[in-house]
Amino acid sequence: MLDYITSYLKSNTTPGQAGNQFWAFVYIILIFLGLSVAVIAMNWLERKILAHMQVRLGPMRVGPHGLLQPIADAIKLLIKEDIMPAEADKVVFWTAPVMVVITAFTVFIVVPFGPTHAVTDMNIGVLFMLGVSSLGVLAIVMAGWASNSHYPLIGALRSSAQMVSYEIAMGLAVVAAILMTSLHGIGLYGVGSGTGTGTLSMIEIVKAQQEQHAWFIFKFFPLGLIAFFIFAVAMVAETNRAPFDLPEAESELTAGFHTEYSGFRWSLFFLAEYSAMIAVSAIAVTLWLGGWLRPFPNWLTGETWDLVFSLFPGVTFLLLAVIAFVGTMRMPKHPYFRVQTLGLGGFGAVLGLIGLVLLMPPVRDRIQDIYWFSFKVAAFMYLYIWYRGTFPRYRFDQLMKVGWKVLLPMGIGVLILTAVVGVLL
Amino acid sequence: MTPIATPFFFYLLSGLALLGGILVITRKNAVHSALALILTLLALAGLYLMLYAPFVAGVQIILYAGGIMVLFLFVIMLVSIERSQKEEQFNKQWIVGFIAAGVLGVLFVLVYVKGRALLPAPTAQIPNESQNTQNVGVLLYREYMFAFEIASLLLLVAIIGAVVMAKKRI
Repeated sequence: MLDYITSYLKSNTTPGQAGNQFWAFVYIILIFLGLSVAVIAMNWLERKILAHMQVRLGPMRVGPHGLLQPIADAIKLLIKEDIMPAEADKVVFWTAPVMVVITAFTVFIVVPFGPTHAVTDMNIGVLFMLGVSSLGVLAIVMAGWASNSHYPLIGALRSSAQMVSYEIAMGLAVVAAILMTSLHGIGLYGVGSGTGTGTLSMIEIVKAQQEQHAWFIFKFFPLGLIAFFIFAVAMVAETNRAPFDLPEAESELTAGFHTEYSGFRWSLFFLAEYSAMIAVSAIAVTLWLGGWLRPFPNWLTGETWDLVFSLFPGVTFLLLAVIAFVGTMRMPKHPYFRVQTLGLGGFGAVLGLIGLVLLMPPVRDRIQDIYWFSFKVAAFMYLYIWYRGTFPRYRFDQLMKVGWKVLLPMGIGVLILTAVVGVLL
Repeated sequence: MTPIATPFFFYLLSGLALLGGILVITRKNAVHSALALILTLLALAGLYLMLYAPFVAGVQIILYAGGIMVLFLFVIMLVSIERSQKEEQFNKQWIVGFIAAGVLGVLFVLVYVKGRALLPAPTAQIPNESQNTQNVGVLLYREYMFAFEIASLLLLVAIIGAVVMAKKRI
């Protein structure tokens, strides 16, 4: 038994490829927990950042700086009455939230957090992610129809039209990036070995970027950049986020497809929306931003730079700890705030401890990939919030126009040009 | 890597596909039928995966379950469900139906029995799953390039035809 567990650690592949069910299970649990924590953190960050962008304070009451607000919200949602409309289609109404969560979480089994840090690596990796996340549309349509009410139905129709339209532009951008994996021997830097066939597997795509010494966003400049831009716009539309949040436009449709949902079922939709955002960001990071690779792997080489970059994870957590301690200092000295002050200090101490653990050499070598991958995904998450704080919502005809008349022709053009340039260079 | 619990998954997926197929024709509500069809399509994708054809499975999910069925649902939702629920679901031509089904069944059995010798012998060799997509691509774009391009041209004509017919003024 112990041999079975330890044998994987030497195999240097993902658990799925090694056929090791124990470690696959461990990875699934870790990813599930990590995602849940990320969604909770994202909930707090989104409210805080949006508030600061609008010169408000945001949640301040529950815990220091509202740190416990998401937990309070979660408890509120779980003990709320779960309403099923009398005229609703019971079976479909019940299935929709389950399906949306299943699709949102299933895609993460191929997300590569590192060369060996994925549940499994599939031959059809990207295709699998796009396919399973496109099933999320079905769940939204089911939810809107089963509610048997006007606003949800309109929201569902809008969302299906929008997602089907933007999936095409998104697919073309992805194909352009996959095409680049096949051009091993050629390209900007003329390194690597050319095999002529590309790959769809997530891990192999990142390895191709490593071999070609270029993230695909910089490859065939500006073709890679344009493909990335198309994907970055389409992925916001795919996840129904501002400025493309017409399916749940509050001012027109109250809450869109999930108007009739409440309590636990609503929270499932919330969870799925945020994990879908993380999933598409993970695709973008893998395809264009070099996945788990650290910045400047070719310019800043050598042992010193390796050491400097491997210190990043620990230093990040230590910085967060310092921020928490500064917050503790600045807490009002009134006895009413004593518990909060102690809590924030304790939180800072925990963060500092994590930072110190991450600074240990054996840990920091193994954690680096995961840190850089999460860091890039986190940058996308911040972009999502930034968009929401900045852009006004599109009108529906404008949305369709952008999808079909701007992004789609651009996608086709980039695809053709990438192929031509790849053959010529 | 050895396959895990293969017979179990085969019977599970085939059972789901059959169940979905039966639900498609017996449900009165068109939306329920469409959802049952999606269940069938997903089960078929699972069967493709078991046949070591991940690319076909992925395309099955993206195109059928994710694309075509969404458009199906889109149209069905705009149709009044109340009227279709009052309509007669089956026209009662049991005798003709049974005869047709019986003849078809006998035909299938005959083809299986007589044509057994023509089928290639089952091989124990497992195809190389990790190169599946690459092999499909090479075959499509090298050996069968002409047929593939003709098919894509046909589709293009169909798309243009649909646009011409749907638009009054171009």
